[in-house]
Parts: sequence; C-alpha cells; structure tokens
Amino acid sequence: MSLRNRLGRARGALATRLAVVRGRDEVDAVTWDRLEEALILADVGVATSAALLARVSERAAVEGASGGDGVVEFLKDEIVGRLDRADRTLSVGGAPSVWLFVGVNGVGKTTTIGKVGRRLVAEGRQVVFAAGDTYRAAAVDQLALWAERAGATVVRGAEGADPSSVVFDAVEHAAAQGADLVLADTAGRVHTRGNLMDELTKVRRVAGKGAGTVTETLLVLDATVGQNGLVQARQFTEAADVTGLVLTKLDGSARGGIVLAVEDEFGIPVKFVGVGEGLDDLVPFEPGDFVDALFE
Amino acid sequence: MFESLTSRFEGILRNIRGKGRLGPGEVEEVLNEIRVALLEADVHLGVVRTLQDRIRVRAVGEELAGVLNPGQQVVKIVLEELTGVLGGETMPITFASKPPTVVLLAGLQGSGKTTAAAKLARWFKAKGRNPLLVGADLARPAAVEQLRTLAGRIDVPVFSQPGDPVAVAAAGLTEARRLGRDVMICDTAGRLAIDDDLMSEVAEIAGVLEPHYTFLVLDAMTGQDAVNVAEAFHGRLELDAVVLTKLDGDARGGAAISVKEVVGRPIAFASTGEALEDLEPFHPDRMASRILGMGDVETLIEKAEEVFEKEQAEAAAARMLEGTFTLDDFLEQLRQIRRMGPVGDVMKMVPGMGQQLKDVETDFDERRIDRIEGIIHSMTPAERTDPDVIDGSRRARIAAGSGTQVNEVSQLVRQFREMRKLMKQMDGAGPKGRGRGPKRGQKAGRRGRGGRTTPRGPVQVPKKGLALPGLGGDDLGGRDPWEGLGSGEPRGLGSSGPPPLV
Repeated sequence: MSLRNRLGRARGALATRLAVVRGRDEVDAVTWDRLEEALILADVGVATSAALLARVSERAAVEGASGGDGVVEFLKDEIVGRLDRADRTLSVGGAPSVWLFVGVNGVGKTTTIGKVGRRLVAEGRQVVFAAGDTYRAAAVDQLALWAERAGATVVRGAEGADPSSVVFDAVEHAAAQGADLVLADTAGRVHTRGNLMDELTKVRRVAGKGAGTVTETLLVLDATVGQNGLVQARQFTEAADVTGLVLTKLDGSARGGIVLAVEDEFGIPVKFVGVGEGLDDLVPFEPGDFVDALFE
Repeated sequence: MFESLTSRFEGILRNIRGKGRLGPGEVEEVLNEIRVALLEADVHLGVVRTLQDRIRVRAVGEELAGVLNPGQQVVKIVLEELTGVLGGETMPITFASKPPTVVLLAGLQGSGKTTAAAKLARWFKAKGRNPLLVGADLARPAAVEQLRTLAGRIDVPVFSQPGDPVAVAAAGLTEARRLGRDVMICDTAGRLAIDDDLMSEVAEIAGVLEPHYTFLVLDAMTGQDAVNVAEAFHGRLELDAVVLTKLDGDARGGAAISVKEVVGRPIAFASTGEALEDLEPFHPDRMASRILGMGDVETLIEKAEEVFEKEQAEAAAARMLEGTFTLDDFLEQLRQIRRMGPVGDVMKMVPGMGQQLKDVETDFDERRIDRIEGIIHSMTPAERTDPDVIDGSRRARIAAGSGTQVNEVSQLVRQFREMRKLMKQMDGAGPKGRGRGPKRGQKAGRRGRGGRTTPRGPVQVPKKGLALPGLGGDDLGGRDPWEGLGSGEPRGLGSSGPPPLV
C-alpha cells in the first residue's frame, strides 16, 4: 500500500484550506497566507516555510502561475525538487554492517528496528539485533519479541549493562555467525543530557571497533515533533554522526514537516517512514508521496 | 537556532528608544517577532493569532501612553497574556470521598504514559497514599513488564492480565477495592487520535472506571498537532488535565499553551527527568518565559516597571565580570546556585547569558557537581586561590583525597581556567556604557593579595539568582549591582517550590 493511501485517513482541515487556495483564480496576499499557514501547521517551521514561499513566488512571477492551483503545484514541485536531491540509499558494507538507531525517548526506536529487521530478513539477509537500550525497563524484552517476529536473533546484556559492550558483543556474535547486519538499539535520551550524549558517542565508536563497520546512524523522529526536531538533529549528529532519518507515526494526524527543515539545514535525508503498528508498516521515503500527504 | 525574544526585540528597541513610544508600524514589527518566537516554540498557529490580537489591542492602546520604555512594556504585556492563558494556579489534586481515587492516563504512542503512571504512583505514595497501578496497555510488547519493573522500584503493586484492556481496567478497579488501595492509576495503550476503534476502546475504559481524573499524557516536544490530539482525546474522554512529559529537554513546550487555550484544560503535572521522582505539579507561571525562551523574564519585567536604565544594568554586569575569581568563590556559588535547582537550568535563566553560553558546555550533571565539590574540598587554600600551582603530584594527592581520578582534577582545573577566560572575553565584549557607571568597588584587586581562600563571609549571591560560576558576585565594593532591579522573591525562582522548569 502506498504512503498516500496509508495517510488517507489523516486528511483534515489542511486539505480544506488548500482547496480554497486552489479554487481561486487570483493569486494574492490571501493565497500566500494560506500556503504559509499550511506549511506551518505541518510543522515545516517559519524559516523553511518562508524560504520555500520566496522561491515559489519567484517562480510564479517568472513562469506565471495559473491561479491558486498553479501556485500550489509550484510549491509541491519546489519541495519535491529539494527532496529529490538527497541520496536515500542505505549503506551496507563489509560484514557485518552496523546500523545504529538513536533518538529521544518514545519516538519508536525499538519498534523501528523490528520493522527494519523484518524488511532485511525478507530480503534474505541475516540480521542480529543488539539490545543496547539497557536503561528503559523491559526494553530488551520488547526488542526480543520483535526479533522473534522478524526472524532475527537478539544479543542482550544484563539490565543496566554498558550499552557499548552489548553492541560490541552483538557485532562479534554477528561476525562469528556470518550475519550481514547488526541493528543496534539505544536507550532514548533527551539531547540536552551531555553525559548521555557522550555515552552515545562511545557506543558509536565501540560499534565499529571490532569486526563490524557502522554504515548508518539513523535518527528516529516522531512525526508529531515540532521545531525541537531541528535541535535534536543537530545534537544527535554532533554526538553520533547521523546519516539518515526515520520518520515514525506518520499515520496519525501529524505531518512531520520538520523533516523538510532538517534536510534543508543539515542535509540529513529521511530514509524510512513508519506508517502503522504492524510489522510491515515501514516504507522507504518517497518525496512525491510525502509531499502529497503533506498537502492533501 | 532559537533566539530569545529579548534579543529579537533589541533591534526594534534600539530604534524606538528615545522616541518614548511605539507607533503602529513598530507595534506590528514587534508583533511579527512575537509571532515567529511563538511559532518556533510550537504554539499552535491559531493560538498565536489570538494572542497577537490581544497583544495588539493592549500595545497600541493607552497602556503605553507615557511609559518610558515601551519595548519592555510590550514584553511585559506578552508575558501577562501568556501567563493569563496558561492560568496562574497549580491544579489542586483532591481525593475521592469514597476511595479509590481513579486516575486514567491516555495519549499517543511514545508520549510517556507508562513512565508517567509510575511517576504518578510515586507522587501519590509520597503524599501518603497507597496506589495500585493497572497495566491496561496490552498492545505494546513488554509494556506491562515495563510497568512492573518501574513499580517494583517504588514498591507499588501492579495489576494486569492478558486479554481485553477494558476487562483489565474493570478487574483492576475491583482489585483496588479488594486490596483497599486508595488510588488507582490506569495505564493504557498509546493510540492515534484518528483511530476510531482504539479511541472507542479507551472511551469504554473510561466508561467502566468513571475516573476522577483523566489525564492526557503529552510530549512537550509536540508540534502543531498537539491541538488536534488534545481535541480528539477531549472529545472522547472529557479530559481533566494534561501531564506534560519530557520537559527536561530544551523544547519550548508551546503545546502546553495551545492545549490550554483550545481545550481549556490545564497542565496538572510536568515530567522533568528520567528518574521516578522527576514529576512535579505544574506551575503555569513558570512556563510563559520558557515558551518565549527569555531567561529570567521576571527581572525584565521588574526592569520595565522600575524603568531601570539599560546602560546602568550593563555597566553593573560588566563590573561583575571583571572580578577575579577563585575556586573557593566557585564552590560557594555552586552551593548557592544548587539551592535554586538544577545548575544548567539556573544558568539559562540569566538574562543575556543564553546567547553567550550557547556554545559553551552548559550541561551540568548534578552528580558531576558533587565530584567537583569533593575535588575542591581536597585542595589546599593556596591551590584554591591559584589553581595554576597544581602540578602532577598535587593532582594525584587531590584525586586520592576526593576519591576521584587524576584526569577529573585536571579537567576541573582546565575548565575553571576556560571559564575565567570566558569571563574575560565577555568582559572584553562588554558594553560601552561601562565607564559611565559608578566606579569599580574599592575592594577590587584581590589578585595581588594572595593567600585568601575563604571568601569574606558567604559570597553575596544577588537576590535574582544572577550569580554564576564565572560571574563573580563580590569585589563590588559592597554595592549590589542588581539593586534597583526589583526586590523580593523572584517569582520564577520560588525557594519553597521545586526547581524551576525553565
């Protein structure tokens, strides 16, 4: 099922607002206000919205827009154009490759690992989960359940164990078993906690110390997140060199527009989108679908 | 990334200073800055508009007539409007005459319901109650185990069983009555507000429990969608209040104000950390300045009220910066500051410091401060006065004495040096108006004296809590540079209350 269909349920007031813009022949201040409104309500943010609209207004002036509908199409085109530039491939290197999942609390890291694992297993890869969230109560159990469902093996440490050592052990285990990939879970952490961010830096370093190579560090962002998403992207990138985003919970009413700002400002591409609670509810990011869902 | 509203205003203020009043054009300029600030704080667009309208009416109206500093007066109006929306009172929690008092938690996935449930149980327990936790989240793998583990830490029983969440909730209530527990807290599965089936399920749970309190658990980092979520849950559950989670990050928490304005329900509790004690009744008055990212706005308000000249305040701050500083002073100030709350938080309250400290290590782990205290206590008076004398063997001795590692001692000394350097830099960048202020204190020049370790009595920390490690509070010739900046307890830093949220 395409992202667009999945997100059909979440259509709401935004579509109505834009329908008004589309229906008008005139392009005036109201048009621009409505467009800005739509972007801001989707959490795109003031600065990125302004930049996008400046570009669109330039294009409308030069190329001539056919009414409100034309302007909306320019805007979509502009956003897709920006998103299309990014390289969204997921890197798999020499066995085993390590993909590290990081993010604040409650964004869905553990669940995402389950779903990503499922995809990889379905592609015929041998996958090991590293239960690196040794902090949250029962996080390891949760990951183990996902591993069972996905057909992956899980390597766990004791509760309260050093997450770096758990990840290291998982990499060694994967190497011994000839597995292709290690998906490493980490405890959710608020990015303002310097000591926890240092811990993450260490996890990333140690993950690549043994037989494995860290080929992806994926920052998991909740689609409901607002402007703080930008700060998260910056802080996690500083700590763990983020290579991509996973946007979760996009099946709700939130639009996840903050990823436009994040891609714009930090050049970190969205690689996966989570659209439901089921094992298969994770899809590769498609700019066109995403932008349609943003506005329709 | 986030500029404080104060610094946003500065350009506009500079232009209007001297004019003595805001024209309609300037009011619009200021309103636009307010709009951007509120949107960056994730206040809902609709709420931003309402606030703008209210502020416009007041700002162009007669309130500014004859005011000496209209810019700061505008800041005051903004704060008053925000605080007005948030409501001034902390929501009281009362108990059912016929126990148990039933609390139902609902919210999106990942908002922090399970942790909030355990934290609430701990809070009720600390109030002398006997809570029972009921785990009705049967959807997320291991959610009930998580609840059991957390509950085990605070010694609170958990009831749950496989099957149907509504049945679990009902059985949980029976169990609470049977065990004579006087508070029952029901955790539920996270659900999307647009998922009709799951929303019906939680409504059914509410129907069975008839809760005294229905709380929406809301992530402080939520963006514009917060309003949709709150409206949807309110529509099905008749919320009593919101529990705002993850307020320990740097999210401005504009969601709080949006929810209050749109569904008219207050924030009852706020979660400010990962430990189970980190849940506090919410103080609405402290939230407004956080949303605006304004540092200690209270001081600014006082400033506006007392028409204290900006140049004078800057001159005073500059004099503080010039003071030379020992590890003893540092230690004393750490102690003073710690009384006010988490150090990193307190530092953010200092007006104007947000910008300067943005890129500096401001993340103070409280336990690290314990260690810092230990290290300084293990130093000789001479070492505290002049850390440059600390060589390898002294480092080893200090480390052994304080039970720390040698590299921690080195790090502290290094950081202390950097801090002094930073003070100098800030001093160098100080305002031009300095020379016009009163002369530096007579007691200045401590550097030449040497040997002094214990400050002359406790270092005077200004009432406003503006002293920082790195901002000497003495050497001012006995004159409190902040006098004239208002008096009495700072409203944002009530000493009796829990640490400030900002």
